[in-house]
Amino acid sequence: MSGFFNSSIGRKVAMALSAFFLMFFLLQHFAINILSIFNPDVFNEVSHFMGTNPLVQYALQPVLIFGVVFHFVMGFVLELRNKKANGIKYAKNNGAANSSWMSRNMIYSGIAILAFVVLHFIDFWIPEINTKYIVGDMSGLHNGEFRYFHELVEKFENPLRVVAYVIAFVFLALHLLHGFTSAFQSMGATAGRKKTLQNIGKAYSIIIPLGFIVIALFHHFNH
Amino acid sequence: MKLTLKIWRQNGANDKGGLVDYKLDGVSPDMSFLEMLDMLNEQIINEGGEPVAFDHDCREGICGMCSLYINGEAHGPDRGVTTCQLHMRMFKDGDTIFIEPFRASAFPVIKDLIVDRTSFDRIQHAGGFISVNTSGNTQDANSLPISKHAADEAMDAATCIGCGACVATCKNSSAMLFVGAKVSQYALLPQGQVEATDRVKNMVAQMDLEGFGNCTNTGACEVECPKGISLDNIARMNRELMKASV
Amino acid sequence: MALDSKVPKGPIKDKWTDYKNHIDLVNPANKRNIDIIVVGTGLAGGSAAATLAELGYNVKAFAYQDSPRRAHSIAAQGGINAAKNYQGDGDSTYRLFYDTVKGGDYRAREANVYRLAEVSANIIDQCVAQGVPFARDYGGLLDNRSFGGVLVSRTFYAKGQTGQQLLLGAYSAMNRQIARGKIQMFNRHEMMDVVIVDGKARGIIARNLVTGEIERHSAHAVVIGSGGYGNVFFLSTNAMGSNVSAGWKIHKKGAHFANPCYTQIHPTCIPVHGENQSKLTLMSESLRNDGRIWVPKKKEDAEAIRAHKLKATDIAEEDRDYYLERRYPAFGNLVPRDVASRAAKERADAGYGVGHNETGEAVFLDFAFAIERYGKEQALIKGLDQNNKALITDLGKKVVEAKYGNLFQMYEKIVDENPYETPMMIYPAVHYTMGGVWVDYNLMTTIPGCYCIGEANFSDHGANRLGASALMQGLADGYFVLPYTIGDYLSNDIRTGTIPTDTPEFDQAEKEVREKVDFFINNNGTKSVDHFHKRLGKIMWNKVGMARNEKGLKEAMTEIKALREEFWKDVKVPGTADTYNEELAKAGRVADFLELGELFAKDALERNESCGGHFREESAEEDGPQKGEAKRDDENFAYVAAWEYKGEPAKAVLHKEELEFKDIELKQRSYK
Repeated sequence: MSGFFNSSIGRKVAMALSAFFLMFFLLQHFAINILSIFNPDVFNEVSHFMGTNPLVQYALQPVLIFGVVFHFVMGFVLELRNKKANGIKYAKNNGAANSSWMSRNMIYSGIAILAFVVLHFIDFWIPEINTKYIVGDMSGLHNGEFRYFHELVEKFENPLRVVAYVIAFVFLALHLLHGFTSAFQSMGATAGRKKTLQNIGKAYSIIIPLGFIVIALFHHFNH
Repeated sequence: MKLTLKIWRQNGANDKGGLVDYKLDGVSPDMSFLEMLDMLNEQIINEGGEPVAFDHDCREGICGMCSLYINGEAHGPDRGVTTCQLHMRMFKDGDTIFIEPFRASAFPVIKDLIVDRTSFDRIQHAGGFISVNTSGNTQDANSLPISKHAADEAMDAATCIGCGACVATCKNSSAMLFVGAKVSQYALLPQGQVEATDRVKNMVAQMDLEGFGNCTNTGACEVECPKGISLDNIARMNRELMKASV
Repeated sequence: MALDSKVPKGPIKDKWTDYKNHIDLVNPANKRNIDIIVVGTGLAGGSAAATLAELGYNVKAFAYQDSPRRAHSIAAQGGINAAKNYQGDGDSTYRLFYDTVKGGDYRAREANVYRLAEVSANIIDQCVAQGVPFARDYGGLLDNRSFGGVLVSRTFYAKGQTGQQLLLGAYSAMNRQIARGKIQMFNRHEMMDVVIVDGKARGIIARNLVTGEIERHSAHAVVIGSGGYGNVFFLSTNAMGSNVSAGWKIHKKGAHFANPCYTQIHPTCIPVHGENQSKLTLMSESLRNDGRIWVPKKKEDAEAIRAHKLKATDIAEEDRDYYLERRYPAFGNLVPRDVASRAAKERADAGYGVGHNETGEAVFLDFAFAIERYGKEQALIKGLDQNNKALITDLGKKVVEAKYGNLFQMYEKIVDENPYETPMMIYPAVHYTMGGVWVDYNLMTTIPGCYCIGEANFSDHGANRLGASALMQGLADGYFVLPYTIGDYLSNDIRTGTIPTDTPEFDQAEKEVREKVDFFINNNGTKSVDHFHKRLGKIMWNKVGMARNEKGLKEAMTEIKALREEFWKDVKVPGTADTYNEELAKAGRVADFLELGELFAKDALERNESCGGHFREESAEEDGPQKGEAKRDDENFAYVAAWEYKGEPAKAVLHKEELEFKDIELKQRSYK
């Protein structure tokens, strides 16, 4: 089995597995965030649960971090190896004739997403860790109320940040438009299921990032 | 037709190489692309130069020898054809045409537009066969019925001509369409299933050793493949390797 | 020296079995000490290399291509015959034997053909075991189609790529042996000469086409499987690199060359389009099942079509001449290849050709009728309106597409005309050479230890080859015949030890090769190799092509000789000898074609009869229902013409191997 993950196909399977995990995470993250539009109270409660539940915090969170880091590192490793496999560059290369822009530029959409993840960590995750584990305040309260919704709204006051988020989510959509079906293909899914899969992939890749954009804009303009 | 050709010239593996411009007049749209190059070479020889070296043989799209990257595409702008089947009517009078060799680290240039594709052969040596003796004392051919569907699908995979367009066009120089096609052909047939586990492991290991890149599922190979080999073959190879590894 | 065919005694059906039971064998431990060189890796060479390696011999295989998989066997489309009788339509070893001998116009060696028919069934078993994806029916069993000239359905096929699949099968068998270290593969190598030591073939001189290095390779036996020599015509359906050189080199060192004039001109190829054309493309013979061949009845119509003033579809039904149906009502468009080809030439020569080139060399192959017929059939089945013309056409096109879609697409890519809408233009082209190096029953040439297999030998096809027989012969020779017969010879070599290459014989052979290479590089000529090759091709096509006469053949011999002399004076080979240099390789091949061409014409001249692929205008039926048809002369020409080299082609000495037909009665072929 260790041999498997050292093979080219094993690496792409590993990429696909981490991608599946990240796509699942994205879905649940989105499901929670969208609550902030409809019902701030439920949003607060779910956020508090996620932020304090030991299973989520001590089991899922490390897995998530590993998943994120692994996906990025592996992405770069593969990109470098593939560059090495290329040899001399073509003087003229018409990539658009046979493949989508998204599929050829996963590394760039990936880098854009990485930049966003850094920003996002600075915005939310680091303060959260600081509050909970360094300051030691596990109550989730601020001035007697749950702080989560309030913090969310506050972040989207700055129009520059909103613009950055919107751009990042556009890149996320581009990344997913190829990545979703690509992950299935890497896992060996073929023909019969392909069309359906492609449609699900398209829907997922557009709805989720668009939803995040809507959330950001909603809070920016509503508060 | 009057053309400007920008052709990669490289005198041997150790030469640096570069694009050289040529003017060619009197090209007929009915000519094949390689006949156009023959005409250019005749012109170069008459002018005292050295003709452009390029691989070609059957000139009917089946041997897999011809291997040119034309205007940024493997086997040029037409679909479902090899370079030898590409015709000049795909171009316009006054066009500038880039002609480069198939590029990949695993396909080093031998001279000009000729590359060394023996890495493909070595992958086949690693497992591209069924271990049966050629004695003729095998069982009767009809004693093993094979569903038409499986036989047809195996045939589709087996039509690969080993030209390397998949590698040349892949932004990662991955050989997975080529290897996937061979793995699939045998995996689909009961005769091949006996050794399926070792075959896929050995062929993938050799493919990696040769320095081919990693598939990122762009699908460019399938589009440029002159024989229309399907991406499904890569997926099947992935499954086969997973099956073989657990 | 009298030719000894070494055909075993006894009844024809027992010959091969008895032979196998009584030959000497080499024990496995001794096989390890024996080296065999195989030149060419097509169906014959590839299958031979794989089998010999599997038996335990050390095999060195040579191919001029970059991989054994690219040998031109790969281009065969239709299928492979085998007497399996899976269809239960009365096929048998005898029938396959009979059809092949008759199809070859009674100019093949009976015992060889019977053996071929006998092992044919093994080939299918073998290939299926190797994973060759032959076409199957819905029950999962192997499917068959029928081919021209026979009454049973015995052709196995893999789409229109049977040759490819069989070659990849042999290639995979080779790969297995390469992986075991039993075959050493030399890609991009060309055999430059054979080395004879003490009267036996003991090695070759090869040139590495990438580095230009001249190499010595020794072995206890040399096997030539380098294919046919159709490229002597310059334009043919052969690959650009296909050449006669390996066969010609052994001929010059003592191997007799048999029946060089037997060439198959295939009737359905895409016509020549211009001066810069480099090769001809075959359209499968199967098209004649549904296409009707015609030319205009009126000369002025033909002229108008040639001048692009009229289109095929403008010619009214009553102004069309379906000349095959007219001349051969019994077989119609399905007459054998040689007959169909000559009939097309007859019309073109008479001025009715419709080609767009200067000579007008093309006839129409029309699918409009098939489309209508199939369309009506479909409409009937589906209960639709049979008088709706658009609907019928649409339905018919779908059926035709399912049957010939890939061929139609290929035609459209090359010609830029849609064959569903307008008739195809076709014309005969050089396709296969039945002649080749003379071999005995053991497939050994007149040089001891030098074998010749596949299309390269004079083979089992007599004067004409039936469809789907070439693949059968190549694989039979390589997989099932040579491995036995060569063992019998090599059993005397178990104590010989490795053949040294530092001997005077190797020195001499290498010196000659080097001198020739240096000559080409240093010759200050003015004309390219192709220039001479094209001129040779024109002489061959015009005077030694589909129809030949004494005057033309004599002229051809003189012209080829003069051309050869001019070639040696004026050929220009650019570049150097120490890098990849295709012009240099081509020069060597064309030099050999220029000699072969003359022998070819001499052989055709000597054979004053019409048979199979060889039509002598002087030998035609003068009256009766067969008037104008080929007239064979069994009394004077039922022999194999084996030519011995004597310094130059014109001086070659003829040796006759009389053909005996004990099991088949000789008959004149009639297709009226």
